[in-house]
Amino acid sequence: MSILVNEKTRLIVQGITGHVGTLETRLMLNSGTEIVAGVTPKKGGKIIEGVPVYDTVQEVLDEMKADTSIIFVPPAHAAEAIFEAAEAGIKLVVCITEGIPVKDMVKVLPYIKDRDVRLIGPNCPGITTPGGARVGIMPDFIFSKGNVGVVSRSGTLTYEVVDTLSKAGIGQSTCVGIGGDPLIGTSFIDALGMFEDDPDTSSIVMIGEIGGTAEQEAAEYIKEYVSKPVVSYIVGISAPQGKTMGHAGAIISGGVGSAREKIRVLEGAGVSVATSPEDIVEKEKIL
Amino acid sequence: MRLHEYQSKQIYREYGIPTPDGIICTTINEAEQAVRQLHSAVIKAQVLVGGRGKAGGVLKATQDNASSIAAQIFGLTIKGLPVRKVLVEKSMAIANEYYVAIVLDRSTGSPLLMVSASGGVDIEEVARTTPHLICKRSIDPYMGLMSHQLLYMAKKLGIDDITAFSKLIRNLYNIYETFDCTLVEINPLVLTQSGHIIALDAKINIDDNALFRQKAMQELYIRNQDDLEPQEVQAKKLDMSYVDMEGNIGCIVNGAGLALATLDMISLAGGSPANFMDVRGGADAFHVGSAVSITASNPGTELLLINMFGGLTLCDEIAQGIHDTLKKLNIPVVIRLTGTNQEKGWDILHGANVTVAHSTSEAARIAVEMVQ
Repeated sequence: MSILVNEKTRLIVQGITGHVGTLETRLMLNSGTEIVAGVTPKKGGKIIEGVPVYDTVQEVLDEMKADTSIIFVPPAHAAEAIFEAAEAGIKLVVCITEGIPVKDMVKVLPYIKDRDVRLIGPNCPGITTPGGARVGIMPDFIFSKGNVGVVSRSGTLTYEVVDTLSKAGIGQSTCVGIGGDPLIGTSFIDALGMFEDDPDTSSIVMIGEIGGTAEQEAAEYIKEYVSKPVVSYIVGISAPQGKTMGHAGAIISGGVGSAREKIRVLEGAGVSVATSPEDIVEKEKIL
Repeated sequence: MRLHEYQSKQIYREYGIPTPDGIICTTINEAEQAVRQLHSAVIKAQVLVGGRGKAGGVLKATQDNASSIAAQIFGLTIKGLPVRKVLVEKSMAIANEYYVAIVLDRSTGSPLLMVSASGGVDIEEVARTTPHLICKRSIDPYMGLMSHQLLYMAKKLGIDDITAFSKLIRNLYNIYETFDCTLVEINPLVLTQSGHIIALDAKINIDDNALFRQKAMQELYIRNQDDLEPQEVQAKKLDMSYVDMEGNIGCIVNGAGLALATLDMISLAGGSPANFMDVRGGADAFHVGSAVSITASNPGTELLLINMFGGLTLCDEIAQGIHDTLKKLNIPVVIRLTGTNQEKGWDILHGANVTVAHSTSEAARIAVEMVQ
């Protein structure tokens, strides 16, 4: 099983003709992901990495079946690309683009909610189901197939954690990067719920960071609804107040969003909190 | 991006929100003359950090003591930032103080209007201890502010002039929407003894991601760079993210989460990071090289810790950037380089005078041992 993406996923790449879109299309194809079409306005008719390119998402769906879209469109047009995919009937949209204005996301979120569309990101590394499909930019070589579900707000830190898990012989069911922006389509809670329902996932690793209260909300949810063991890792203990630390969402303001507060609440909910990727492995081993 | 108070107030006035008469000054002499012109006045340090009041950056002045008060404020360094400008404003006879803000609410995904009759004080303290004194309403992104919301709030706060209040809040929301703000805040909004509503303070934060379509704000951003650390400015120009810290281990990392993890592990190992530097995904040799030299230029940095996990960013590009830059620097370096094309990367760095680590924790441990 796994969550969100698997070997049956039929993917569209929006922004396939850009530098990153083309490169990542090649890498996703190499990982065995089934990419049925690409979309770039006014580039319809081209072939990129053997994938046919269309002008609009609707034209793709008029001709063939697709269920998932990944977006590599530049920030100024990325929100519209999400609207376009949702309007055409795509039910899972993964937005990799970093730097989308938050005001655009304020409009996107209610729109996709009304249409029952799941958005992952923006500003995220995507989703990988080892042995199933890779929809995103995570490096293929770090993964191994197994039963740990991984959900994270970050990119490269997730790679390090997954790599450490794989090297210790602990495989993953699915790894979801939910993104580092203040407004994102899928929360920790959404991902935790999906992992809880997934028979192939036996435990969950949740990687959080400073800023906002998503980890605290997740702690409440875990206490009530998650029966599977959760190991969490929260970064930013040493971060100063009032400064944005790389991710637009990573800022401690007025004491809200500090790592210590998050760790305190998670431990209170019975979550095992690790202090390093190696410590995640140790904690997973004794589950 | 945060605007100065005087810049925020200029926008407020253009959008119909009254502010006190004020003069922006860059010297003690100018400030003294401004006080004379306004009779009794308040001198306010213009720095891009919070907590200036507590740091002694906002003081009352009369014509007699204006010079010494101005000298005192110009002599301050608030959270590492020297005071280069002050705003001299006419003193107000205040009848009532309120708190008004519109802020992006991450939990609902929409703007949140917050109003309180307990203005002028630490609003975070009010939120913690007496949250019922803050009246909040979500603003629907498609409907905007609605009259019934404003009417309810005005009555709740005991405001008599509902028309003036509503107009002010609508103007504030107009600013929020027009300039891609993540925060507009007036603390305090005052009712003067003569019955006027005036924004005594003004805060505007702009979404950095929206600067590409906010030309006027881009100009302000460039002008305000004088008030930031030079490393921060250089990094921003290359679309990288730098934050100055207190310690001596300079950090260059790809990815914000991994960078935060690196800082934490340095602290856990008993060391102290000099900075946060995220070179972001997909960086090429030039960006990585620039990140290394920017970080090394911080006078407090005694050692560089380079921690890269190549995914979208290729290890050979990273290694090339490091290789080219380290030739010009004389500073100890610890490197952890893993991921896509890592063998090519290590070939490039072969023979370089660097200490190699294989994980973030190991890199942090070695770096801390080396600076001790």
